[in-house]
Parts: sequence; C-alpha cells; structure tokens
Amino acid sequence: MSSRDLLDLIWIVPALPLLGAVVLLLFGKRIGEPLAGWIATGLVGLAFGASLVMFFAMLDLPTDVRVNVMTLYTWLPAGTLHVDMGFYADTLSVTWILLITGVGSLIHLYSIGYMHGDERYSRFFAYLNLFVFSMLMLVLGSSFLVTFLGWEGVGLCSYLLISHWFERNAAAVAGKKAFVTNRVGDVGFLLAMFLIFASYGSLSYASMPVGAKAISGGTATAIALLLLLAAVGKSAQIPLHLWLPDAMEGPTPVSALIHAATMVTAGVFLLCRAHVFLDVSSDAMTVVAWIGGITALLAGTVAILQPDIKRALAYSTVSQLGYMFLAVGIGAYSAAVFMVLCHAFYKGCLFLGAGSVIHGNHDVQDMRVMGRFRKFMPYTALSMVVAWLAIAGVPPLSGFFSKDEIISQAFLRDDYGLWVIGIIGAAFTAVYMTRLIFLTFYGNARYEALPVISGGSGEEVAVEEHEVDITDDADSDPSPTVSYGDPVPAPVGHPPHESPPVMVFPIATLAFLAAIGGIMNLPFTNLEWLDKWLESSFRGVPEVSPDSFIGGFALEMLTFAIALCGILFAYTLYKKGLARADRDPLNEKLGPIAPVLGNAYYYDEGVSRLVGGPGRAVAGWLDRVVDTKIIDGAVNGVGSLFGLMSRGVQQLQDGRVRRYALAIAVGAGAGLLYVVIWLGR
Amino acid sequence: MTVASWEITTNYYLILGALLFTIGAVGLLTRRNVLVMFMCVELMLNAVNLTFVAFADALNDIRGQVIVFFVLSVAAAEVAVGLGIIVAIFRRRRGATADDLDLLKDSTS
Repeated sequence: MSSRDLLDLIWIVPALPLLGAVVLLLFGKRIGEPLAGWIATGLVGLAFGASLVMFFAMLDLPTDVRVNVMTLYTWLPAGTLHVDMGFYADTLSVTWILLITGVGSLIHLYSIGYMHGDERYSRFFAYLNLFVFSMLMLVLGSSFLVTFLGWEGVGLCSYLLISHWFERNAAAVAGKKAFVTNRVGDVGFLLAMFLIFASYGSLSYASMPVGAKAISGGTATAIALLLLLAAVGKSAQIPLHLWLPDAMEGPTPVSALIHAATMVTAGVFLLCRAHVFLDVSSDAMTVVAWIGGITALLAGTVAILQPDIKRALAYSTVSQLGYMFLAVGIGAYSAAVFMVLCHAFYKGCLFLGAGSVIHGNHDVQDMRVMGRFRKFMPYTALSMVVAWLAIAGVPPLSGFFSKDEIISQAFLRDDYGLWVIGIIGAAFTAVYMTRLIFLTFYGNARYEALPVISGGSGEEVAVEEHEVDITDDADSDPSPTVSYGDPVPAPVGHPPHESPPVMVFPIATLAFLAAIGGIMNLPFTNLEWLDKWLESSFRGVPEVSPDSFIGGFALEMLTFAIALCGILFAYTLYKKGLARADRDPLNEKLGPIAPVLGNAYYYDEGVSRLVGGPGRAVAGWLDRVVDTKIIDGAVNGVGSLFGLMSRGVQQLQDGRVRRYALAIAVGAGAGLLYVVIWLGR
Repeated sequence: MTVASWEITTNYYLILGALLFTIGAVGLLTRRNVLVMFMCVELMLNAVNLTFVAFADALNDIRGQVIVFFVLSVAAAEVAVGLGIIVAIFRRRRGATADDLDLLKDSTS
C-alpha cells in the first residue's frame, strides 16, 4: 500500500466518531453508564490511531507534493455548482486531526470520571462524539462547503453541550447566546462562499487561485474580511467574544474540548486554510492582526479580576486566541498553528484541572473560597502548576516558545505596535494565571467556615448576575470585590478531595505535553520541525527569521522578563491567599477601574441594552409596519384582487345544467353562423 | 303507368335529421327531468348519425358510416355512465330535476 492509498482512507478518521455518535444516540440508554463512555472514548482513540497513520503516510510523501484530495461521492451536482463530499489532506489538516483526536480522546477519558452519575450520561458522550466528527469534517473538508458543514456541526454540538444541564436556566440561556452569536459570524462565512463562487466558479480548495495575479485585491479583501467575520464569531474575538465566558455553564470537559482546545481554534484554521486571500490583501491582514492584538490585551485585563475559576480561564482563552489571530494577521501562520497546539495542551490541562478542582470541591467554582488545595489534590495541583508556568511563558515549557515566537515575529515584521501589545498581554497572562494558581492551590484554606461578610451594610441579597448594579455596590463599599455575587463556600464538613485516576491521568498527560510541547518548533536552525512540516500548506508565504541568534534570543528574553514581573507581582499579592473571602487585594489596588475590568468593560451589558432597547424597538417596528403592512399586505392584496376578479366570473357557473346547455347551444349556433356567413362568402 | 316518381333523395334524410336534432335540442333546453334530457341528448346524437349515413350514401364514402359506429359506441358508454348517475340520484332523492342539482356551486356566495 502506498502512502497515497493510505491517505485515501482518511474518511475513516471522521467515520469512527460518527459511528459512536449514531450508536450512542440510538442505543445509549440501553448501553448504560460506564460502557457508553468507554465506547465513545475508544472510538476517538481509534480515530487518533488512524490519524497517526495518516501523519506518517503524509510524512512519507515528498515535501513538495504533500496534498492528497480524495472524493467520497458527489454531494451537490447543481448546474455549475458542483460540490464533492471530499477530504483534503495536507499538512495543515493532518496537524489538526492529530490535535482533535489526541486531545479529544484524553478529554473523553476524563469525562468518564467527571460525568459519573449524570442523568444524561450517554447522551453527553453521543454529543461529544458528534462534536469530534463535525470538527474533523471542518478541518478535512475538501471545499468551503464541506468545511461549512463541519462549522455548523460544531456550532450545534457546542449549543447542545453548553446546555447539557438545561434544567439550570443559566445553562439554557448561555447555549442560546452562543448559538445566536455564532450565527452572526456564519453570515460572513456564507457571504464569503457566495463571493468566492461568483468570482472563481468553485468552492473547492484545490481549485483556489494562488498569487496576486489570479486574485484582484478588492475581491480578496472582501473575501478575507467576510471570512474574518466568521472566524471572529467562532473564535470569540472582539466584538463577538461575549458568548465564550457564558459558555462556561457547560460541563467542564466541554469547556476544555470545545471552548479551549479545538472548536474555538476553528477560526484560526479557517484563516490559515484561506491564506491565499489574506496573502494578497495587506489591509485584511492588518485588520486581522489588530483584532487579535486588541482582543489579546483587553481579554487579559478582564481575566485578572474574575473570581470564578472557569470564567477566568475563559477570558484567558479569548486572550490567547487573540495571540493566534495576531500571528495570522502578521503572516506568521505556522507560529499561529504552533500556538494552537501548545494552547490546546496547556489550556486543556488547566480546564481539566479546574474541572477536577470543581469536582473535588462540591461544584463550587469560586476561587475566593478555595485555597491550599494542593494538600488535598496533589496531582491536579502539580499538573496545573506545570500548565501555569507553560502559559505564563517560562522557558523551556511550551508556552514560552509558542507565544514568544508570535511576539518576536511581530517585532521582526516591524509591527511595533502589535509587539508592544503582545508584551503587555503576556504580562497580564502571567498575572491572571498566577492569581488563579495561588488562589486555588496556595495561601490560606478558605473552603469552609470563613465568615462571609457581604459588602457594605449587609442589606443586599446575594447578587446573582454579575451585571446587576455594580455601581451601587461600588458606592456603598470602598473596595468593590463583589462583581460576581458573594462568595459561597462548599458545605461544611466536606473537605476537598482528589479526583479518580481516570480524571487525573488526562490532566497529567496534558501537563506533560504542555511541558515538552515546545520541542515541536524550537527556534534553532534545523529544529523548526513544525515550520518545515507546514511549509507545504503555506506555500508562497514569506518567512522572516531574526538576523542573528542573539537578536532573537534577546527578544524572547525580554518577553520572558516582562512575564516574570507579572508572576512576581501577582505572587506578592496572593502568596498568603485572601484575608477575607470578599476582599481581593488586586481589586483594591485597581480602585475605581476594578469594576470596569471585573465586568468586562460592561460590553455584555451594553450589548444587552442596545439589543433590548433600540434593537427591540426597531424589530418591533419592522414587525408591525414592514412585515404586517407591506409584506403581508402585498401578499393578501394579490389574493383579494384575484378574489374580486373571480367574483364576476363566478356568476357564470351557477350549477344549472340547462343554462349550460343553452350556452352551448347558443355558442354552437354562433359558431355555425360564423362559418356560414364569413367563410361561406 | 306514370306514377309520379316519389324518389327519396338525400334531402329528405337531412330534413328529418334536422327535425330530430331540433326536437332534441329544444327538449334538452326546456325539460327539467334529467331522464328526459338524457333521452333528448340521445335523440340529437341519432339525428347526427342519420345525417352522417345520408351523406355517406350520397357521396359514396364509407367514412361517414364508420364515424357512426364510433358515435354509437360512445353513446352506449355514455348511456351506461349517465344512467348509473341518474339511478344514483333517484336513490338519494325523490325525483331528478336538473335545476335542483346545483350542489357543486360555491354555496357561500
């Protein structure tokens, strides 16, 4: 069997999780609790094995022909639009399927423990498998339309899994919010596809034009910006980032798999896949880079004050995704992919670790009532500490290589503004991650029996929604920490405990990967394996390397130094934990801007006000005037016009047979007369 | 013996046919009983048949007679269906007056 024959079997990779989803949806209830999880995990594990085979088959091909397109069947033969259900295997998509199935199978394994005793256990795994299938279709699709199929599939699974505990209203609402926000981006995807088809007559990647000669600048800019809109929605970038923090209502494995490691990187994948359009449009590149940079910075500033461990990680994810967009925007595609891989490792580990903390702490997610957990869950603590050092950019862990490569690439490509933003963002990353680790695992133990003093005079009822009335709190309390309701510890007498091995193993594995992930792409000549591997997918993209090794080294050390400052700053603030559960030292230091950051710049509230106020009014006006009067009026008007016309004709058909006979007789007589008189002349 | 030769020419047949057709047509228009109207239709059909045969003889063309066979067979079929309908009507209601059978008309207007 040659490598190409093997690569033609790539359909097996998505088929395995699809099989799992179908089996579990049909027979899940009968299969029951432990087995359903093992089936799902086993199939994704098998898909990982198949992906490995694909990887080696791809490695076997000569570097300049590392593309294999196979067509399963014709999906849509519609005139000039001809779409095949096909798979496009190149180094980019093979990288992604390794990531999806590898991290995916670890998270499936973890879910077996995490979802233990859940009411809808088998359905959870069915959706998780369906998600893996959709994500694989997204990255393997041979055309924009097949990718779009997967794109919508992952959106659907994201919705279903965020709302897994739909009995909780917040979960149901968060699912809807994610779904609706993603639709905004999907409009961009659809319009981009229309434009691509109208301009080039095909949607398949293999027939995309290459180079500035084949693509006019204006069209490329339009396509790239529309695809960017889609990517911004899926990858939770400003201004469509608001769904991701709320998506944390879903079970933690879902947050780890979908909202950190894989689905949210689909936007980065799409931009990488469509890089031919970005390459010829420097305007679109600039927009991508700045959206990424601004998101990286602002989300980082918000993350430093979140009291909820998962929301802090969610804002961190938004920020890290911003770095990936920044990398794409400056043309450093392989750096973006490198970041995606490393981020999947360390953020997957952090989310799974957070899930383990929540699991061991009786579903309490508030970091203000944690502390000193390393005594109770040593393995989780150790893994998360490794992941923390990785994300903060401490050498030689993976985050150091991946993030610093992006930041130094920005410098080398003379984007100094983005470079400064990247460095400041790195400092914030170090601060919020250090805060998270120290609040959770170090300092004083606050998990029970701490006096909970609500801010001010104590007349407030516990505030549930973080948007509600922060200004009132700020007025009554000189140190507003309550941006999230009062901290409520777990029930007394239940100390935290370590999670079962089936959960600890994936966390530890991901921590190990987060530690050594940098090996994939070391910044030394001939050790940039990932860059070389991805070269065939990003043909024609200029590479920029530092003039000298020393120069590159100095750049990376500068970033590291700044990150170290962030770590030390947060360490001094949080090394002893919190004296009072509702007093956050960072909050007090920041003073008046703390509520602004804690509430994510009131963006969410602003959007709610805008959509709920003027937006609703406009929609109501459209409903009352345009829809009812104009559109319905036109339809009904045509109907009644024909009704009126038929009323006259209706009189002729009165049902009297003899009148019909008379009409026939008169008609026949008239016809006869006509023949006799006119034709007989 | 010079008997006035009373030769029956084609015209006689045509006049008879016209008379029969007129009787049928007038009957169809004036009578209300469905059965009688049905008989009038038959009368008209046969008047036409007579005309066809007369012309076939006069013009020495067999095709006129062929058409008559067609008309006869269609008329037979029509009788079978029509009589069936009339019987069904009689079973549902006493009497069969054509003017009463207007149920297919839109009753709302």
